[in-house]
Amino acid sequence: MTRLSAFMRYVWAVADAEIRKLRHDPWELLTRAVQPSLWLLVFGGVMGRVRELPTGGFAYVDFLVPGILAQSVLFVAIFYGISIIWERDLGILQKYLVSPAPRTALVLGKAVSAGVRGLSQAVIVYVLALFLGIATQFRPGAILGVIILILLGSALFSTLSLIVACLVKTRERFMGIGQVLTMPIFFASNAIYPLSLMPTWLRTISVANPLTYQVDGLRALMLQGGASALSLELDFTVLVGTTTLLVLLAAGLYPRMVT
Amino acid sequence: MAMAQLHSSGAALGVAAVLFSNGALSETYGVSRQCPGDPYKEEMTTGPMSAVRTIELTKRFGGVTAVDAVSLEVPAGQLFGLIGPNGAGKSTLIKILTTLLSPTRGRAWVAGFDVTTHPHEVRRRIGYVPQLLSADGALTGYENLLVSARLYGVARATQERRIHEALDLMGLTDAGRTLVRAYSGGMIRRLEIAQGMLHRPAVLFMDEPTVALDPVARRTVWAHVRELRSLFGTTMVLTTHYMEEVEALCETVAIIHQGCIVAMGAPTELKAQVSADANLDDVFVRFTGASIEAGGGYREVRRARRTAQALS
Repeated sequence: MTRLSAFMRYVWAVADAEIRKLRHDPWELLTRAVQPSLWLLVFGGVMGRVRELPTGGFAYVDFLVPGILAQSVLFVAIFYGISIIWERDLGILQKYLVSPAPRTALVLGKAVSAGVRGLSQAVIVYVLALFLGIATQFRPGAILGVIILILLGSALFSTLSLIVACLVKTRERFMGIGQVLTMPIFFASNAIYPLSLMPTWLRTISVANPLTYQVDGLRALMLQGGASALSLELDFTVLVGTTTLLVLLAAGLYPRMVT
Repeated sequence: MAMAQLHSSGAALGVAAVLFSNGALSETYGVSRQCPGDPYKEEMTTGPMSAVRTIELTKRFGGVTAVDAVSLEVPAGQLFGLIGPNGAGKSTLIKILTTLLSPTRGRAWVAGFDVTTHPHEVRRRIGYVPQLLSADGALTGYENLLVSARLYGVARATQERRIHEALDLMGLTDAGRTLVRAYSGGMIRRLEIAQGMLHRPAVLFMDEPTVALDPVARRTVWAHVRELRSLFGTTMVLTTHYMEEVEALCETVAIIHQGCIVAMGAPTELKAQVSADANLDDVFVRFTGASIEAGGGYREVRRARRTAQALS
């Protein structure tokens, strides 16, 4: 118990530092509102005219909202590794790694702070959804579920990003790989179209893509009358399992950043 | 002859054991490069209470040997300097001693624990001021100290008091609530040293603590380093390529050149060996056959410039 609380203190040390930075300079969060707005207002507005999409009885924009939330969380998280490269170049990371804090706590701290940024995206998307008149759920249980899904998705993709950073080590290579990763993760998922509409090969990839499970869970919990196509239990299990694996892997790779 | 002279004077002063891994130093005294080949087998005589001890510590990166069979010992409470040009292996040595890198060969103990087998125990007992700028510019001085206090496990009850003490000691009380990106280079270095000392480490490692600082800021940093040492009795190991810094701070200095320790002893002692009116630059030239400005690849230069830019 004391060990766990000591561990959580280390996690909080890293996460709190990031949160304080956001408080000092919240501009970044505001500029992040642009992308989901464009997707919902422009893309959703046009695609909403297509009546053929099997969206399970929802208007296309309603169907799109959870997907765009997952997408903006993904976009924030997937470039998280660059901050590690930056901190390595500065020397901040070296100091963290010389501390007695366990590596898993350092990685998890970054994951939690990515989650905080992810939650700010959720606020933006909920506001947009209200503005668009979309019937969102506000049951406490559903909101809690959405928060957990966002924290998990942010942790998962930010840790994946950290792993990439540990492997490629330089900003230039990282940016290249970040771009290469983002779009396939996004398109090979159910974020903007349902699984049932995909050709078999794409559906196979999508089912192996953690983003699909995050979107599926969000769709069930964000929308009034929303239902999971895969089952909520499966969604949470896949996300928790993958995140745990990635955190352990990243903790092992972390010291490589400074060699 | 020269070897014996060096060795006995070092032992007589009781500061650091002057250990060479090659007995043939007497021949190379003028040329001054001694590297392994025939390892010096004699056991070290100093007790287990030395703060830092290495035996034939070696680190290779591919074909390059960055640290070459370095054996040294730093007694507890000493201010020990490692001097050498860029790329001599100082930072690599520090990284091994702070558990950031594992050695290719040889062993090292810091604060009584082996860095390879007990890195966690070592980390609890050391502080580290990296060569690079390690304070976070997007946080205030107070917040930087808070993060360090938490990561280095300072008890919550003493945290606030320690932080305020640290700000006070380093002359940063008025700047505590200011974002570090508005600090001057000297203030940043003082903050970083304060961060490294918060948990009262047994050994504080400082990698080029005054690189890229102007002379006034450098003297202020020195004064604070001396004060901390006298207050807490911390063993301090610093790397530098400023001769002045060694003279101002260090009781013992090791000259490192191409990964090897080529001379070690008190600054006055090393100077006396070269000539009556020698300065440390002369000592350096004598032992390495090179000027301190020589050396350093693209990477080191880029790193030094980047630090300089960040601090200005």
